[in-house]
Amino acid sequence: MSSTTPTHNYYLPEPSHYPVVGSVALLLMLGGMALWFNGLAFGQWSTLAGLAVLIYMMKIWFGKVIEESEGGLYTKRVDVSFRWSMGWFIFSEVMFFAAFFGALFYARLYSVPELGAVDQKLLWPEFNSAWPTAGPNAMDAFTPMGAWGVPAINTLLLLTSGVTLTVAHFGMLENNRGKLNLWLGLTIALGVIFLGFQAYEYSHAYSELNLKLTSGIYGTTFYLLTGFHGFHVTVGTIMLIVVWVRCLKGHFTADHHFAFEGVAWYWHFVDVVWLFLFIFVYWF
Amino acid sequence: MSAVIDSHGTSHGHDDHHDHGAPAGLMRWVTTTNHKDIGSMYLWFSFVMFLVGGVMALTIRAELFQPGLQIVRPEFFNTMTTYHGLIMVFGAIMPAFVGFANYLIPLMIGAPDMAFPRMNNWSFWLLPPAAILLIGSFFAPGGAAGVGWTMYAPLTSQMGPGMDLTIFAVHILGMSSIMGSINIVTTILNMRCPGMTLMKMPMFVWTWLITAYLLIATMPVLAGAVTMTLTDRHFGTSFFNAAGGGDPVLYQHIFWFFGHPEVYIIAIPAFGVVSQVIPAFSRKPLFGYASMVYATSSIAILSFIVWAHHMYTVGMPVAGQLYYMYATMLIAVPTGVKVFNWVATMWKGSLSFETPMLFALGFLFLFTLGGFTGLVLSMTPVDVQLHDTYYVVAHFHYVMVAGALFSAFAGVYYWLPKWTGRMYDETLGKWHFWLSIIFFNVTFFVQHFLGLAGMPRRIPDYHTQFTEFNVISSIGAFGFGLSQLLFLYIVLKALRSGEKAADKQWDGADTLEWTHLPTPMPYHTFENPPTIK
Ligand SMILES: [Cu+2]
Repeated sequence: MSSTTPTHNYYLPEPSHYPVVGSVALLLMLGGMALWFNGLAFGQWSTLAGLAVLIYMMKIWFGKVIEESEGGLYTKRVDVSFRWSMGWFIFSEVMFFAAFFGALFYARLYSVPELGAVDQKLLWPEFNSAWPTAGPNAMDAFTPMGAWGVPAINTLLLLTSGVTLTVAHFGMLENNRGKLNLWLGLTIALGVIFLGFQAYEYSHAYSELNLKLTSGIYGTTFYLLTGFHGFHVTVGTIMLIVVWVRCLKGHFTADHHFAFEGVAWYWHFVDVVWLFLFIFVYWF
Repeated sequence: MSAVIDSHGTSHGHDDHHDHGAPAGLMRWVTTTNHKDIGSMYLWFSFVMFLVGGVMALTIRAELFQPGLQIVRPEFFNTMTTYHGLIMVFGAIMPAFVGFANYLIPLMIGAPDMAFPRMNNWSFWLLPPAAILLIGSFFAPGGAAGVGWTMYAPLTSQMGPGMDLTIFAVHILGMSSIMGSINIVTTILNMRCPGMTLMKMPMFVWTWLITAYLLIATMPVLAGAVTMTLTDRHFGTSFFNAAGGGDPVLYQHIFWFFGHPEVYIIAIPAFGVVSQVIPAFSRKPLFGYASMVYATSSIAILSFIVWAHHMYTVGMPVAGQLYYMYATMLIAVPTGVKVFNWVATMWKGSLSFETPMLFALGFLFLFTLGGFTGLVLSMTPVDVQLHDTYYVVAHFHYVMVAGALFSAFAGVYYWLPKWTGRMYDETLGKWHFWLSIIFFNVTFFVQHFLGLAGMPRRIPDYHTQFTEFNVISSIGAFGFGLSQLLFLYIVLKALRSGEKAADKQWDGADTLEWTHLPTPMPYHTFENPPTIK
């Protein structure tokens, strides 16, 4: 038997120290955040150290996976495993967003109308329960974010990025590397522009609309939903950049490029979440 | 190499492969990517957490031994009920069944390992940091959070840093569960050996496929709920704050959307273990295999649409109460199918009553009893009376302890010979069973009466009229707790000096780990998959 070829039809990795490094990182980071949020000593330093270790761990772990993939260790069956797992991971993300959309719908359909109902009049006689609202105890007025300015442009950007990503995928399938690299680069550019607009929108909201995270239930749902979405776009953009760099290095073939497809699925998922955001947070 | 049939682990090629670069000592366990190692670690971790949560339970029972305040301050009593619940649910019962899943699923479907061995390692090694954060919250300024394991708003908004440590512990536990579940689903769907169709899989594998789906669907929702709690606490959001247009009841809806399926996340793998043990000791195949699969799936689907039966008393329209009442009662139908099938499996079987079978039968009787009290509680007018009384405590301990925990014991006794190559002491095992089942009922049966008489839960003091039953319950609890040390002794004794176990220790066992593998098993199994007819 040769010790260089795998002895089984499914690649099983050697013992690995990456996971425990990740665990220590999370302990430092989350334990540090608990201290930090309560103004206790060392909180932010522990958080930053944990974050740095976590990023380092992800770099070496994913680096190892890329090395194994390019080394031909991943058979078709391993590829199928990656596909199932990415699908289920995205499903878990869908459920995470479902919780926050659930909170939005609950506030709009139940809690806000209830607070304006006749049996609450004794407590808050002035409260007008029309959406958007910062609640019966709102201190200062705010202007809600309109749908047809920056958000509409952002919708266009993300929808376009879905198309450019698909064109890049065709480039991959046709073995046309120029097409792949160009359109994937364009997709990344669209993602970055989206994030820029999102940052502009937040600063506009804070400085001109007086719309803050503390602006009652409207500000709460607005910032948490768009914020978590923006975080996912950021992660998606980073993943696209990693895949792009790999494409430029000549990784992947027309029939072996799960990393590309997995990131593409994730990108489309983020795209769909945005459509729901646009409809239910900005528009109606 | 690959031509060598190595289900007996005799090929040195393999040994080379595994010894090569594998660290020894503690680092072996830290870095392992082997599903058997990881399964063992899950089981040991869960047992340690079981003892930690058990000490908290005994603190509660010691305080409740007499009316009046004797041992702990009320605030500390609240932290005991909170962390007893959190640790038993997330630290003891769930990891125990994930341990079974890790150890057994690859063996039962003829796979060389889990689909993602490194991620499998991380799923386990996320648990110790979570445990450190949970237990560390006791040392935070202001102490741990006495909010109940359900962590209801707005009480959670008023707690100290211990609350944040707990929230982050829940985040880590959620990550662990989601990664573990994705691994399990992928393994089951993609790693079955030739011929192992879905409907030929052992029932235990089916139950984990369904459980993993429940986990992937609900753990992110729990993460969302505690994230909202965190932002409400520190960043001025208004999810659960009526003054800002939110609602504390919203927390309960989101929590129980996770919380009710969580009940089945715990119960369904327990069903799976029992569905292996009862046929083995009846020497008959499982009765109604297909109906078992469909019944389990139905339970899982129904579990998503009944959550507000935990919230009858917070205020709900009558139409809502009726809907949640009937939907909840509907779950009794597939559950009844399962109980019927287990009984029918034993019907005219060639029964024998070794320890695993005893625990499985204990499960069958007492879980069914817990199911019946659940049916009682599903009725809105009854629940309005019994909500937050000891009747509820009795109900869910019948399901969690006599249900899930007894099933886990059945599983450990059943597979211990295969895992370790050594038999446990049958006489001591029977002692463990009888002590457990008697003390369990002494502890919890009387709590039904306390609840019906109106004793509220989570309160360190009570009216003198409740004294007698509380004394009985506390005596039972200490007896039950001490009996579990016997379990530890039995396992250690088997490891040290148990008799050698046979390849197929139980003559009624028919899954691949018994029929295709030697005892003790080699470190790597099924590197070349078997073929099933
Ligand atoms: Cu429930």
